[in-house]
Amino acid sequence: MNFDFDEDQEELRSTVRRFFSRSSAEADVRRLMATDLGYDPAVWEQMATQLGLHGLAIPEEYGGAGFSFVELGVVLEEMGRVLLCAPFFASVVLAAELLKAIDDEQARKDYLPGIASGATIATVALTEDDGQWRRSGIRLRAVQDSGTWRLAGAKTFVPDGNSASLLLVVARTDSGVGVFAVDGDAAGLSRQALPTMDQTRKQARLEFDAVPARLLGGPGDGWPAVSRMLRVAAVGLAVEQVGGAQRALDMAVEYAKLREQFGRPIGSFQAIKHKCASMLVAVESMKSAAYYGLWAAAAAEEELPVVSSIAKVCCSDGYTLVTSENIQIHGGIGFTWEHPAHLYFKRARSSRVLLGGPDYHRDLIARLAGIMPEDAADAQDAEPDQRP
Amino acid sequence: VELSLSGADRDFAEEARTWLAEHLTGDFARYGGVGGPADDEAWEVRVAWDRELAAGGWLGLSWPVEYGGRGLSLRHEVIFAIESARANPPYRASVQGLELLGPMLLARGSAEQKRRFLPPILRVEEFWGQGFSEPGAGSDLAALATRARLVKGKGPGRTGGGSPPRGESAGGDEWVLDGQKAWTTTGNHAHWLYVLARTSDQPRHRGLTMLLVPVAQPGVDIRPVRNLSGAAEFCETFLRGARTAADLAVGEPGDGWGVAMAALGTERGTSLVAQQMGFAREVARLTEALTAGLGLPPPALRYRLVDAWMSARVARWQVLRLMETVLADGDPGLRPSVCKVFASSFHQRLGALAVDLLGAAGQVTGPGYELSEIQRTALTCVAESIYGGTTEIQLNLIAERALGLPREGTRR
Repeated sequence: MNFDFDEDQEELRSTVRRFFSRSSAEADVRRLMATDLGYDPAVWEQMATQLGLHGLAIPEEYGGAGFSFVELGVVLEEMGRVLLCAPFFASVVLAAELLKAIDDEQARKDYLPGIASGATIATVALTEDDGQWRRSGIRLRAVQDSGTWRLAGAKTFVPDGNSASLLLVVARTDSGVGVFAVDGDAAGLSRQALPTMDQTRKQARLEFDAVPARLLGGPGDGWPAVSRMLRVAAVGLAVEQVGGAQRALDMAVEYAKLREQFGRPIGSFQAIKHKCASMLVAVESMKSAAYYGLWAAAAAEEELPVVSSIAKVCCSDGYTLVTSENIQIHGGIGFTWEHPAHLYFKRARSSRVLLGGPDYHRDLIARLAGIMPEDAADAQDAEPDQRP
Repeated sequence: VELSLSGADRDFAEEARTWLAEHLTGDFARYGGVGGPADDEAWEVRVAWDRELAAGGWLGLSWPVEYGGRGLSLRHEVIFAIESARANPPYRASVQGLELLGPMLLARGSAEQKRRFLPPILRVEEFWGQGFSEPGAGSDLAALATRARLVKGKGPGRTGGGSPPRGESAGGDEWVLDGQKAWTTTGNHAHWLYVLARTSDQPRHRGLTMLLVPVAQPGVDIRPVRNLSGAAEFCETFLRGARTAADLAVGEPGDGWGVAMAALGTERGTSLVAQQMGFAREVARLTEALTAGLGLPPPALRYRLVDAWMSARVARWQVLRLMETVLADGDPGLRPSVCKVFASSFHQRLGALAVDLLGAAGQVTGPGYELSEIQRTALTCVAESIYGGTTEIQLNLIAERALGLPREGTRR
């Protein structure tokens, strides 16, 4: 295993950091978060074609660069650091990883090159009104009607569901859970952008009225692929949280050195020092969990289920803490709209909920750790790997 | 999971694993994980295990061959620490000599001091106690008041070669020490003390000298202090005209602070490995006890048990990540402090959880305050945020040195 990033990975990090310092400064974030579209198409294009970020972890045969999830993790951490406003996580992590996991070679050939080039913006539509990321939450129906699959029902809280041109919809069929590809402009599909508390991450509600769809893989064997994608995505989200948390810590420390009260920098007071040092301890534990998760995603599949949930819990709680403390250290100014502290505070909250909250993941850990029996009543399907 | 090792490193790890499997048997296996920095449980078994390690050539891996070491690299220390932690032996008895005094002498000791003192540490014949803290100098170590003065002798100085001096002057110049030291960990087993004492009138960090002092003399009185778990693993040490040879100052007289910091500075966290990798086993034992005896725990306790289970793993990854940094560039910065703060707070939550999980039955001890392992954890874990630098001091260090925040009381 390896927690340290090698020279090439560090080089990638500094390239990406330089790029985002120009293209995703606070002013850009504020401009984009106020738009419906939520991203800058020119920057999106540069990310995909000049930097090749979209295709990093996509195999070469599908138009990617064939690196591991570790390289993508480096990029996600930098994106988290600047609160990048773009459908990158939805398209490159959720959708691409689902396509990689699903047993459908033709679908990979058809869709991954577009995602890698940035021409396609894809997302995964999984959650419904209960907001749950578990199998039992899937109610939207897929039925076959004279050779064509059609979807009926609703998906909501779909990440970047409004800007995506390709929707991978997790639906219930007569034989279980299946994954379906739907065009963004398919007949019978209506999309509605949801105003979000964290404006840097867009969501949409999708209504399906007999929408024609393409079945990927078998009609009842979609869940293992979805589950695998959710594991990898949880790790991706965890490193994104690391990036944001490190930035929030940096902001707090910077301010504690400058801000004076009682004739001295507030950072010279032990109360503030200890707060900052505790934030660093939290960020370091986040890094240990998230980087271990990256390694597991790239090289230790058997450890991924429990490791991804630990990373998700650890980073969700850590990011939440650090962004709250950042505001506390800033005092009144940290509570204003004008100051960027709230942008991180809100991103921490939306990230916490995305892919299932810490309590859900603690439940998963309880089962994997033998603390709770696999068949405990309240979690019949919480361990997504076990059943079709 | 392993650190990524290649070629010779992997062979070395394999060799260690094989040796451990063959030798960690009987009582050694039975007392696996027993003992700790604030717990001298099963002392004899732990000493015997250290001797077993010595016989196998596993102590002082990175120490020079001329002092009984193997002359290997820090890399080998790290690899062995991880393999050893995985095998779960009893907790090292000779931590003071191996982890603190030894590295300090290697860095700052004279050739004669190294020759005299290092081999018996590796043969597990001489144990050491630390004389730093005092009743009036805990976190503020520089406030220490123990004094030492150099007195003229009648004959040639001695270097403490052969058997430990008996306090009777052999005729050379000697240091004479007066003062009181506190929290001398495993002082009741110590043959020698390394004592930080004031040797001039200069204030605070200046004018301190690091002295090596034999225990077996009338001027040294070490009394066990019963800690809250009933064990007496740490001691108070009274120095009343205690004597040691003039050449048993480590480094220059007056440079004791620098020597002490060098000793603490060599702490690269290898000693954290055994402790933090052992946490997962404690959680597993707790989980077992729980599910076997009481069935499914109520949700609130379950939640805390998951937190413990999870944090034990994060603590382990933290320490592996620390080891990787050490392997890569040798300087872990303040990562050991970060690991320690994280681990001690997690372990104390685990201790609190143990009390709640055990419930009423957990409040009953055996005769003579005999404690189960879980009960002992629940009590001794409170010391983890105190010894080796309190959490508050660690946070100060992190804030000032890693984050660059100004020192307390800084005015513009």
